[in-house]
Amino acid sequence: MADWLGPEGWQAVRLSLKVSLWAVAVSLPLGILVAYALARWRFPGHGLLNGLVHLPLVLPPVVTGYLLLLTFGRRGWVGQWLDGIGVVLAFRWTGAALAAAIMAFPLMVRAIRLAIDAVDPRLEQAASTLGAPRIWVFLTITLPLILPGILAGAILAFAKAIGEFGATITFVSNIPGQTQTLPSAIHAVLQVPGGEAEAARLVAVAIVIAMAALFLSEWLSRLIARRIRGA
Amino acid sequence: MLKVALRHAVPGFTLDAVFDAPAGLTALFGRSGSGKTTIVNAVAGLLRPQFGRIAVDGTVLTDSGQGIFLPPDRRGIGYVFQEARLFPHLTVRQNLLFGHWFTGRGRRPDLPRIVEMLGIGHLLPRRPAALSGGERQRVALGRAILSHPRLLLMDEPLAALDQPRKEEILPYLERLRDHAGLPILYVSHSAAEVARLATTVVLIDRGRVTAAGPVAALLSDPAAAPLFGLAETGAILAARIEAQDADGLTRLSTPFGPLFLPRIGAPVGTLLRLRVLAQDVMIATAAPQGISALNVIAARVRDMTDSGGGGMLVRLDAGGQVILSRITARSAKALDLKPGRPVHAVLKAVSVAPGTIGISAG
Repeated sequence: MADWLGPEGWQAVRLSLKVSLWAVAVSLPLGILVAYALARWRFPGHGLLNGLVHLPLVLPPVVTGYLLLLTFGRRGWVGQWLDGIGVVLAFRWTGAALAAAIMAFPLMVRAIRLAIDAVDPRLEQAASTLGAPRIWVFLTITLPLILPGILAGAILAFAKAIGEFGATITFVSNIPGQTQTLPSAIHAVLQVPGGEAEAARLVAVAIVIAMAALFLSEWLSRLIARRIRGA
Repeated sequence: MLKVALRHAVPGFTLDAVFDAPAGLTALFGRSGSGKTTIVNAVAGLLRPQFGRIAVDGTVLTDSGQGIFLPPDRRGIGYVFQEARLFPHLTVRQNLLFGHWFTGRGRRPDLPRIVEMLGIGHLLPRRPAALSGGERQRVALGRAILSHPRLLLMDEPLAALDQPRKEEILPYLERLRDHAGLPILYVSHSAAEVARLATTVVLIDRGRVTAAGPVAALLSDPAAAPLFGLAETGAILAARIEAQDADGLTRLSTPFGPLFLPRIGAPVGTLLRLRVLAQDVMIATAAPQGISALNVIAARVRDMTDSGGGGMLVRLDAGGQVILSRITARSAKALDLKPGRPVHAVLKAVSVAPGTIGISAG
């Protein structure tokens, strides 16, 4: 079984899972905060924030990758500062995670925002008249009620992160063992004559991961929804 | 004592209301859209009024002049909404204890007593989705009481319920009013509810307070009749159950003598509050003979008010108790009614609907 895929193939699969899990885990709290702000708060710059969040969805991924390189590259304005505290993103797996997180962010925020929109604000009002301070209203009422949406957003973002290619390859290149994720590996083996069989096996792995993520999300959200709304 | 003074304008509507709510149940009565809910939301802190001052027992909750506005979670005011607003992801028990968790601070929750008073013990492990409308509203009431409030707000808590469910909850509200020592501000557009529950009434019309006072005085005041609606005008009587007669009637003692009504399911000695609608009372100048109406009450005309449309509201004095009668001006003239004239007020026993009879503290 282990030699079904070449060592570079397995490496790419492991790296893709690591990159995507980190991308989702780190961006999830921010995703919830941004979704909540967009759904519930009115502030100057509301439209701008909304646009910024959705930008990766509509920009060519190469453009996003290039902008990341400009910003987070070693000579970029954020990259330079990060370099000063010993953090390097360009051409590292952490950079791949950043690219995946940014590309997946709009999908995550949209799913969570839909869930927040569906929460009746009158329930939150009722909680505040019962003496619950704002943060507790969020933790005890809003958060449990939007849990299925958070889950859906996280899984959707995970699937998107697994499949991210354009921004990743532009920002962190395609270094086996460092930044060569599953899609990059498929792309790489397709460049080599006779690589079709390995490519097909990698494609199969990609399909299995995506399907597993979808089934897991369906099952979990049904479970949570039953717990929340159920009798 | 709750003191409210508010001015709040939105396009097309201006609220300008000043009133006090003493101990007991104060009903804010008025049509839909008259501003009642806006007032209650301002008291709860869910709405920040443009101008105004709201204080409970000397604690200032809102004062636009001093820039004081306490957020809802720091007001200690319970709120029972029209739709129960129970938390769907929590059980009934968790819903009931939700407020206590934030406001308890070392106090023990009075869960057993409240659960017993509201009759919701068997519901504790259930989720709100599995409750009927009446059960939900009782749980919402319990949840508000258990948050240790110093004042309870209720915004038409019965409006979304059908008549049997209303009658299921009304006794609990009476008990709460009489035994919990908690002042209640109660929004309603139902005169029957106000007549049954209120100790004080504040009439609201188009954002303004048009009348306010003790319920018995206000409901039997001919001047307030147009505000309540003529069909809803009537006197409030205090009566005590004296005996349950063998033929199914209940005999009550009142300031003007015995009164017979269809069986009231409460023990002898119970103090009742009845609403006798003005349109159900007839006036006779001589004691009527051969008449089916059981209750013929000796009274004296106190005053008469033209109520428009050829009608008159006659205020009668029966042993110190006010009774209102609505008759035509033609009848008044034919009977030569005038203040001070002794008459007989005739009331059919069946005209007092059992659902409108309230129970008061003894």
